[in-house]
Amino acid sequence: MTTYLGMPAGPPTAPRGVGHLRGSEPFPVAARRALADSQLRRNLGNATATIRAKRAAAVAELPDWEQLREAGRAIKAETMRRLDTHLLRLEAEVQARGGTVHWARDAAEANQIVTRLVRATGADSAVKVKSMVTDEIGLNDALAAAGITAYETDLAELIVQLGHDRPSHFLVPAIHRNRAEIREIFLREMADVDPALTDNPPALAEAARLHLRKIFLSARVGISGVNFAIAETGTLSVVESEGNGRMCLTLPQTLITVMGIEKVIPSWRDLGVFLQLLPRSSTAERMNPYTSMWTGVTPGDGPQEFHLVLVDNGRTAALADETGRQALHCIRCSACLNVCPVYERTGGHAYGSVYPGPIGAVLSPLLTGVEDNASLPYASSLCGACYDACPVKIDIPSLLVYLRARHVEEHREEHRVPSPEAVTMAAASWVMADPRRYAAAQRAGRSGRALSRGGRIRALPPPLSAWTRARDAPAPPARTFRQWWRESGRDRS
Amino acid sequence: MRIALFVTCLADTLFPSVGKATTVLLERLGHQVEFPEAQTCCGQMHVNTGYQREALPLIRRYVDTFDGCDVIVAPSGSCVGSIRHQHAMVARRLGDDKLADRAEAVAARTFELSQLLVDVLGVEDVGAFYPHRVTYHPTCHSLRLLRVGDRPLRLLRQVQGLQLAELPDADVCCGFGGTFSVKNADTSTAMLADKMRNVLGTRAEVCTAGDSSCLMHIGGGLSRLRTGVRAVHLAEILASTRDGGPPA
Repeated sequence: MTTYLGMPAGPPTAPRGVGHLRGSEPFPVAARRALADSQLRRNLGNATATIRAKRAAAVAELPDWEQLREAGRAIKAETMRRLDTHLLRLEAEVQARGGTVHWARDAAEANQIVTRLVRATGADSAVKVKSMVTDEIGLNDALAAAGITAYETDLAELIVQLGHDRPSHFLVPAIHRNRAEIREIFLREMADVDPALTDNPPALAEAARLHLRKIFLSARVGISGVNFAIAETGTLSVVESEGNGRMCLTLPQTLITVMGIEKVIPSWRDLGVFLQLLPRSSTAERMNPYTSMWTGVTPGDGPQEFHLVLVDNGRTAALADETGRQALHCIRCSACLNVCPVYERTGGHAYGSVYPGPIGAVLSPLLTGVEDNASLPYASSLCGACYDACPVKIDIPSLLVYLRARHVEEHREEHRVPSPEAVTMAAASWVMADPRRYAAAQRAGRSGRALSRGGRIRALPPPLSAWTRARDAPAPPARTFRQWWRESGRDRS
Repeated sequence: MRIALFVTCLADTLFPSVGKATTVLLERLGHQVEFPEAQTCCGQMHVNTGYQREALPLIRRYVDTFDGCDVIVAPSGSCVGSIRHQHAMVARRLGDDKLADRAEAVAARTFELSQLLVDVLGVEDVGAFYPHRVTYHPTCHSLRLLRVGDRPLRLLRQVQGLQLAELPDADVCCGFGGTFSVKNADTSTAMLADKMRNVLGTRAEVCTAGDSSCLMHIGGGLSRLRTGVRAVHLAEILASTRDGGPPA
């Protein structure tokens, strides 16, 4: 059981049964299926290799990149330390400028608030800017259940929505699709599409543009997420590449913005740091094409009604974890996904959560509790490429190791009978804590030579059979090193 | 110089030739190698699998064993990475601040082999002879935890007779990852397949690295597929001379 401020339980984690933070099967099972999908492997391999090279070049242009990363890290760490103060400031400033602020403790509450706000306008649909948090809380499903249609307007989110699919990447949610598949989805799902549509990317983009234009012009409600919320003036910002976001933010009469509470930053000075870090890390652009900012309501210009919904959904629980809290520093650039050798091969769906890749493997269990995403902290070889790429220097490998420890320790407290793995690990620890026991175990292990042919072992019993399915194992040598050391007389010299 | 060898449990038990090569190499360079026989294992597997409580006695054993040594070398980037970056952290998290302080001091005197040779001993040409086409895989923990950079390559470039073949996508993980290779065996194998494709593309006879564990993984795949390419530890190449290969 966790403790928080001396109390027996911590702040609530994200509740089960709502939203998309939990997969239906453990990572290794989902990964096995993804690994066998040759189309997915090819699409992902091409896409991540391209973006990796572009990001490396964009980052190399800045002589002060390391200082920028350190500034980003420091701002986030300092903000988290006084998150409550910054959120109250944000609320006060938004309300002073004509907006309304709502607090949602979890996904269910956030969905209820947004549904109620849309209903109050009398509209039966809303246009959406690409947003991770609304995917996290399952907002589209909740709106649909209330008879409200949510139209995704980001090209990739539109592809995902029309394909009745789930996003698999922060920035490129349809990264698992190629253009031939996208053409098929458009032909099947867009009522008004030209049947002669080709899979030429400009033609696909034009088809989406024509499809969305009518929806934009008739929309009465826009729904967005947030990249950065600036507490000192109550200004919200969305960073995007396509311009659809700006349409959603400016055309409708009512704008509802949903944000995770960790998105607040204290000041405009801080924004300057992140606007340098984010585009180069995510799209490898020096500056993203559209940075939209809005502050409350401006009479006669843009939405005349503005609501900000602040969502917790397990974030306070993550914040209460002194080690884990740095996962909340994430600015959703997806650089760690693009450099991850595991993500590149399995894709995002294998992670089950809307947050995939290395950061998802730490963020999802922190939001839900480790028990509900227990396989994710192990979905990494700990190669460390994510840490090097992270623009705010989140030490993801150390967090993965930490969450593995939390998982083992929580399991130990909740189960009287230890797992076979725990028994093995305890035995190995007992043996290796003492050099005599260790040397005896080495001698016993030499019986493994019986399994070997030509110095190689082709098959081992479970669980090591997982190794020998694809790799030979070395046979124990005739002598250990420490035996050689003694026999060489070096121990006496 | 008196240099204490932390041979690592893996090399001690399964790859003794790596320990012998490290010993012979350092002796050839005029140093005195010591092997404190109280040593066992650094505890990395326990820490990285979540068993910190079980790792603590192993951390204490490492610190107790090497406390009095001025310079310690290990032929492994990941074991030294664990000693440098995990020992004190685990001890502190489990409430043993005294052990953590001692662990920090010992870790600062513990070096990976290429670091020791280039940074501490100031040598790049170790007088080795190895007449083979070799490709070098920089292991993740030597590269990103220890930042050994091109030190192993600088050592290899001075080896007479050695033809160095550049490995494409060298800095991508081979997929070992300790218990990752068993818990996520399929993903690990997919990563290994790409590493082997790159190794085979170099037409090298030998794939080398500074970690027996990653070499066990890459070599296990190369052997299973009967590629004829051998996995050989950096220490074994550096220990080879015109008089013969490394001690078998």
